[in-house]
Formats: sequence, C-alpha cells, structure tokens
Amino acid sequence: MEQTGAVDKKKAGKVAEAVSWLGRLFLAVIIPVIAFVVIYEGFIFLRDSQAPRWLTALVAIVWGVGGVALLYWVFNGIVERLPDAWTQRLQPFVFVGPAMAILIWYLALPAVRTFYLSLFGRDGPPKGVGFFESFTTDAFVGLQNYVAMFTERLLQEALRNNLMWIVFGSTFSVVLGLVVATLADRSKFEKVAKSLVFLPMAISFVGASVIWNFMYEIRPAEQPQIGLLNAIVVALGGQPFAWDKAVTIAPWNNLFLILIVIWLQTGFSMVLFSAALKGIPEEIQEAARVDGAKEIQVFFKIMIPHIMGTIITTWTTVVIFTLKIFDVVWVMTGGQYGTHVIATQFYRQSFTARNSGYGSAIAIILLITVIPVMIYNLKQFREQEAF
Amino acid sequence: MKRRNWVGPLLVNGILLLVVIIWTVPTFGLLVSSFRARFDIQTSGWWNVFPHREWETVATIDPKALGLDPDGVMTVEGVQGTFEELRAGIQSPGGDTRVTWVGNKRLGTIEVQQQVWTVTWDFTLDNYKQVLLGSGVEAKNPDGTTELLPGQDMSQAFLNSLAVSIPSTVIPILIAAFAAYAFAWMRFPGRKTMFILVVGLLVVPLQIALVPILRDYMALKLNGTFLAVWLAHTGFGLALATYLLFNYIRTMPRETLESAFIDGASHFTIFVKLIMPLSVPALASFAIFQFLWVWNDYLVALTFLGVDPTYKVLTQRLADLTGTFGNQWQLLTAGAFVTMLLPMIVFFALQRYFVRGLMAGSVKG
Repeated sequence: MEQTGAVDKKKAGKVAEAVSWLGRLFLAVIIPVIAFVVIYEGFIFLRDSQAPRWLTALVAIVWGVGGVALLYWVFNGIVERLPDAWTQRLQPFVFVGPAMAILIWYLALPAVRTFYLSLFGRDGPPKGVGFFESFTTDAFVGLQNYVAMFTERLLQEALRNNLMWIVFGSTFSVVLGLVVATLADRSKFEKVAKSLVFLPMAISFVGASVIWNFMYEIRPAEQPQIGLLNAIVVALGGQPFAWDKAVTIAPWNNLFLILIVIWLQTGFSMVLFSAALKGIPEEIQEAARVDGAKEIQVFFKIMIPHIMGTIITTWTTVVIFTLKIFDVVWVMTGGQYGTHVIATQFYRQSFTARNSGYGSAIAIILLITVIPVMIYNLKQFREQEAF
Repeated sequence: MKRRNWVGPLLVNGILLLVVIIWTVPTFGLLVSSFRARFDIQTSGWWNVFPHREWETVATIDPKALGLDPDGVMTVEGVQGTFEELRAGIQSPGGDTRVTWVGNKRLGTIEVQQQVWTVTWDFTLDNYKQVLLGSGVEAKNPDGTTELLPGQDMSQAFLNSLAVSIPSTVIPILIAAFAAYAFAWMRFPGRKTMFILVVGLLVVPLQIALVPILRDYMALKLNGTFLAVWLAHTGFGLALATYLLFNYIRTMPRETLESAFIDGASHFTIFVKLIMPLSVPALASFAIFQFLWVWNDYLVALTFLGVDPTYKVLTQRLADLTGTFGNQWQLLTAGAFVTMLLPMIVFFALQRYFVRGLMAGSVKG
C-alpha cells in the first residue's frame, strides 16, 4: 500500500511537472504573442487613428516607452524559462543585445555604408547590381566626390567658414567661459551670475536664431530701428548695418553667426571650469599670495596649469560641436551671403540637391576630422583599465 | 592693502554684471516683445517699455486765429521760423518744446509738442493666441478696426514635441541601463569588444547616418512616423547613455549584489529592484540632458519627420515661421517663447541635475 502510494505520488509529481512544464511553455509562447499583438495594434492605432491629438500623443508615449519595457520583460521571461546553463549563456545577450543592435544599425554600419555611397555618383550604386559588380558600373566614380569637395568654390567656402567657426567659436567660448568662471568664483553673486550666463544652454539653436535675428533686425535708415544693435548704431550716429547678412564684409559676416554660438556655449565651458576651479586646493593659492604673487600671476601660474585637463576636454567638446554646426546657419541665412558650412552643405547636397554621393563624401570628411578624438577616447579607456 | 580690498570686488562684480547683462538682454528683449501689440513691435523698439522721453502734443493752434502770415517769418510759442522751417519742426532753445506746422499752407494747423517721460506698456496675449491656436484670431489695429489673423496652431507642435521627446528620452535610458548592467556585472564572450565599440562611437557625427537610415526607413515605410524619430534619437544617444550609466553602475558596492544573488534573485530582479532605484541620480542627469537635446533638436526631426504639418515638432514650426513670416515679429517672438517654455522650466527647476548631466556628457560629439 505504502509503495503504491509512493508510486502514485511519484506519478502525481510527474504529472504536475508535466503540467507545470506545459504551463511554462504555454506562458512562454502566449505572453510573447500577446505582447507582440499589443505592440502591433498600438502601431496601427498610431498610424491610422483619427483620435484627438492629445490622446494620440499620450498613446504614442505609453506605447513607445511601455513597448520597450515589455519586450525586455518578455525576452527575459523566455530565457529564464530555459535550462539554467542556457539562461546563464543567453541572458547577457538579452541585456546587451538591443543596445548593440541599435548602435550597429544607427552608427557603425552607416559609417561604412556612407563611405560606400560616397564612391558613387548622385544616385548611388545602381539597383539590382551586386556589391562587387557595382564597382564596374558607370555610377562608380572613385574618389571624384572628394576631389570635387576640395576644388569646388562653394565647398571651399564652406571649409573656410568652418575653420573660422572652429577657431573663433571655440576660442571665444572657452576663454570667456574661463573668465566668467574665475570672476564668479570671487563674487558674492556667483549663483545668480552663473545661472544667467548658463541659461542660453536651455535654448534651442532655432530659438537662439530667432532671438539674434531680432537683435540684428535692420530697418531703412528713416524708420525707427527695432533691432537693438542697429538702434545703438543709429543712436551713435551710424548707418543701420546688416550684420550677418552683410556681404560687403564677407567672410567676416560669419562672425555674427559665430557670436550666437558663443552666446550659447560660454555657459557650458563656464560650468565645467567652475567645477574645476573649485577643485584647486585653497592652500596653494594662499601660499602664492603670501609669497607676494599678484592675482594675475596666481591665475596664469597656478590656476591655469591646474585645470589644463579640463581646458583640453572642454576645448575638444566645443570644437566637435562647432564642427557640426547646422541649425544656426540654416535658420539665420540658409547658407546665403557666403555663410555655408560643412554641415549645411551636407544637408543641401544630400536632401535638397539629392546628390547622395557628394553628400556622403561630405559626411565622411566630418567623420575623419573627429577620428583623432575617437582614438584619444579609446586610449583613455584602455589606460583606465576598467575592464 | 586697503585699496585692493575695495577695488578688487568692485572690478570683479562690475565686469560680471556687464557680462550678465549682455548675456540676458537678447532673451529679455524677445520675452518683452512677445507681449507687445503687433503694431507696437513693428514701429518701436522693445526698450520703449522702459521710461524714456517722447514727444507729446500738448496744443493744436489754428494759425489764422493768431493772425500769422504763412509767407513771412512767424513767431509762435517762443520759436521763430518760415513756413518751410516750421514744416520740418522747430525746437525751442531749451529743447523740450517742438513746434510743427501740419498740413498745407492754407488749411494747416500748428502743433505744439513737449517732451515727456513715458513708458509704452500696452501688453497683450494676442500674439500667443495667434501662435498657439489653430483657428483665426481677431486682432485690433491701431485705428480701431479689427482684423482676422490666421492661427499658427503651434499647440499641435507642442504635443508633437512631447510625443517625440519623452519616448526619445526614456527608451535610450532603458536600453542603455540594461546594457550598462550587463557590461558591469555579467561575464560573456565579446564583452570587451562590444564596449570598445561603444566608446569608439561616442563622437561619431550623426550626419554620417542620415542618408543610409533614411533609405532603410523608406524601405520599411517608417518615414515620417514618431517611431522613426524615437529610434533615431535612441541610436544617436545610446553610446553616451551606455557609457555614463556603465561608469555609474560599476562603482556600486559588490557586496550588495552578491548578497542579493545568494538570496536567489535573478539578474532581472536585481536590475529592476536594486540597480534601477540606486541609479536614479545618474538616470535623472542623463534624462534631463537627453530630453533637452531632443526637444531642441532640429536636424533629426527635419530629416525623418518630413513635411507633414500634423507631425512637425516645435523647432520645425519655428524655423518655418522664420522662413515664411521673417518680419512678423509678433509671431516669431511668441513662437520662440513657446518653444523655450518647457526647457526653461526644466532648467530652473532641475538645474543641478542638468549641470551634472551636461558635465558628464561633455564627451558627446
């Protein structure tokens, strides 16, 4: 009797195991199916719905954020239901996989694909032709797009302007940021002053362009000026001036566009320098002052060397930033009056003139210019030995 | 010694004040202008809201009543001049009275004006109504007539900006947090190679991706959808997010995690219940950075959202306004402030987190 009972129990245990296994399988299949149906329905709703706008926006937010969380939860659920060894093996890839897939799709592969496109004419490689064959077609132009970049007048102008942007834009925002940070450090009004100088960082480039367009607004001399700069010029007895649109002073009218970005970026470098300056030990400065050093000497001989690392990082960041400047030029002048830069030429060639080969070559030049920074970052990473 | 104590702070604060004024005035002028009446913006500078001296007509005189001869030299209100001189306006020797002949020789009148201190404080919300509403807005002209102005419907763009920005902030953070956890606390083949890829991609300019990704989107019929923009922002922000969160999660005490493992918790549970709550400061810093980045973005939206006005975000609409109504400052000033409103609130409310995120994000290209 006891034995049969044990067997029954064993049987029952097996049945229960089978049921739970079936149950798990069921869950592992059903839950993903439900998840995918929900996500797909959400997509259809968003694409086709005539619902009120606020509702569509709300659904978009919930669907987008919830959908991603749901996908992780579902895939993790599936992997955790596998035998332990497989869970151990696969789980890291559930965690890291989506990030890598997106990074490769959105940045790594496009770099290669853009380079490939840059070797072809305006319509790219012909359709229906294999990868190796495409190099034998007429559409393949080799490095011709790159040659054109450095010989065509408009592109040369863009390169020259970008150089101006990098030299003046980064220098002024870094130096001004350092000056303001140093001054604020010695002032009782540090917080307010830093806040107000930093504020433009929250403003979009398009918004900043409107703000400065208004500053630069020009009216005929006999009318009252409504732009502040021209009002000042006229009040001082001058003639109204077109500032960023003044072709007469080209290429220096670019400086008035650069000024906008200096206005935006100074706060950024100021914040970085401010934090770095706070890290200099008081005693060193005091010791120098006791020894009779002047404030200027303390600044150049002690503070600057101490925050050299921050200066280099900040400078690099601002340079990379100004290298890719697009919005300000696009909104302010659209590249007219001799103000095109690399990024606006990239946009114009790629999307307005629809010359994908030329546009791609410009993008590759942008990529090549940041490669030194990339190498530096990788070297830093190796030295840290975080892994 | 005494002199330096006195001059130093004055010089420091003086220069600082000057910088602050220069930095604030452009935005302040725009804010003030956005509340001024349509006509006022076009005819006078916004600084007229400050007390200033303006000519005000104090009396109108009929020259015949005074028995003046328009062909000779006339003397009125203490000034002397011929008809032509009076037509141009003559100022009294003191400079605070001006006498002008208005009209022609036969039927004209003489206006006496005096300079008075005044402020132009005629503020209105009409500009915001015109910018935000979809329907037309009735606006008063200075001559008393009303005019129906077309609305610019930027409230729709505001919603679109929200619908673009919130998922474009949360999705990369979520994906990056999972990846950062795996890099920090899991061992798997290819771990180092993958992380080197993340570091290498930190400064890659997003321009490199626009053309190929646009081609993919066309093939997938994703072009012009919010999903397309979310994914693009996720792709462009992910390297930085992963890098920052990895640096943060790595520094968490090992013992905490090990004791959780001993209690039988799975990686997923530890991630959700332990790591996420502990990472809130880092998550918040990056979230604010990314949110403002996406909210203020123009290029990605321009490329992937396309031309359908129902999907356009604020920066696109504002850029459109600049292109189409370049001199209608009542639209541009109010429109610009609508786009700046949320970033300003975030900025003032969460400045500490914003600064932290920005400093950490200084490696981003």
